[in-house]
Amino acid sequence: MSSNNQFPQWEVFLQEKNGKPFEHQGSVHAADKKMALQNARDLYTRRNEGRNLWVVPTEYIAATTLEEEEEFFDPAADKIYRTPNFYKMPQGTKNL
Amino acid sequence: MTEEEKLQKFQQRIDAGEKIEPRDWMPEGYRKTLFRQISQHAHSEVIGMQPEGNWVLRAPTLRAKKILLAKIQDEGGHGLYLYSAAETFGIDRAEMIEMLHQGKAKYSSIFNYPSLTWADMGAIGWLVDGAAIVNQTMLAKCSYGPYARAMVRICKEEGFHQRQGYEIMSKMMNGTAEQKEMAQDAMNRWWEPSLMMFGPHDSESAHTKESMQWKIKVESNDKLRQRFIDRTVEQAHHIGLNVPDKNLTYNKETQHWETSEINWEEFWNVVKGNGPCNHQRMTHHIKYHNEGEWVRECALAFENKKSNNIVVNLN
Repeated sequence: MSSNNQFPQWEVFLQEKNGKPFEHQGSVHAADKKMALQNARDLYTRRNEGRNLWVVPTEYIAATTLEEEEEFFDPAADKIYRTPNFYKMPQGTKNL
Repeated sequence: MTEEEKLQKFQQRIDAGEKIEPRDWMPEGYRKTLFRQISQHAHSEVIGMQPEGNWVLRAPTLRAKKILLAKIQDEGGHGLYLYSAAETFGIDRAEMIEMLHQGKAKYSSIFNYPSLTWADMGAIGWLVDGAAIVNQTMLAKCSYGPYARAMVRICKEEGFHQRQGYEIMSKMMNGTAEQKEMAQDAMNRWWEPSLMMFGPHDSESAHTKESMQWKIKVESNDKLRQRFIDRTVEQAHHIGLNVPDKNLTYNKETQHWETSEINWEEFWNVVKGNGPCNHQRMTHHIKYHNEGEWVRECALAFENKKSNNIVVNLN
């Protein structure tokens, strides 16, 4: 064990208000879950930015890359029939 | 794609105002410059806690002490945001701290000046944080996503730092003759080092051209320095402080304040490690880093023990 160990990295997600989504804030270093939550509180909520936190070890985050962006996301590009405006409704239709 | 094509595509993304993210392709020079700049910025935030830490136990009131503690805690937090941003280049924080301790990484020279009186807490908040805000507001528009996002967060928090500093100066300028003298003395000592914070003139700055092309910087050192001077001179006069520069004049045509040439010999001397506190700042950082070793070891041992507690004892 390196004496200079800065602990594993965790990604921090914060819910600003009850009912809102959890949003990524940044990361912290911590030896365990409890320390990760405490460090995240001290770093990201000093001004009441939120009252509900998630921490996830960074190594468990999988991410796409810019290189594979087109191949990965383009299949959704030509499927406008997934949106309501694609469909023509008979004139005079109500509540639809 | 050839390297040349990749570089061209990269420049197109920059020119289109896109942000570069850690896993995107980027030229080696971009990566190197940003890593050096962000890690240096992180070290500056952390080393910057020392001159202010010097006054926590001697703050004149409980209110002042609480504010100073909150400000120092923010600086530590800013260091952490920035270490995270630098870590996106795949270099661990532990390595960065090692580079700092070995003198391979620098921090802002401003923190190599001593904080001699309580008025220095005012001058640091108002002038040093003020200069940092001008620079950081520009950096919030930088092309590297993680750095720009860290800057947005930091700028939000810095607002109070500068105001609390100006409040200290203003209170002292409304106080006794000795308090006024103390405030003016702090102004005299911190003014020129604050101007130096923006770095060498554009014509002398080794990295400016490339950094501007890649939008690591979006405004030049001299332009930012002038913005700081224009704001600060008027704030100084507003509370009766003199700007310690006999050549200070307002140019009605350009609508800018003009100042004397900065003592660049002193600037480079402090950068090279010969400032009044270079040795003290590093010694302090190394000492407390090493003294914290047992705490880090205990925390890891505790975690290891918890994660191994399902092992059956066979004896």
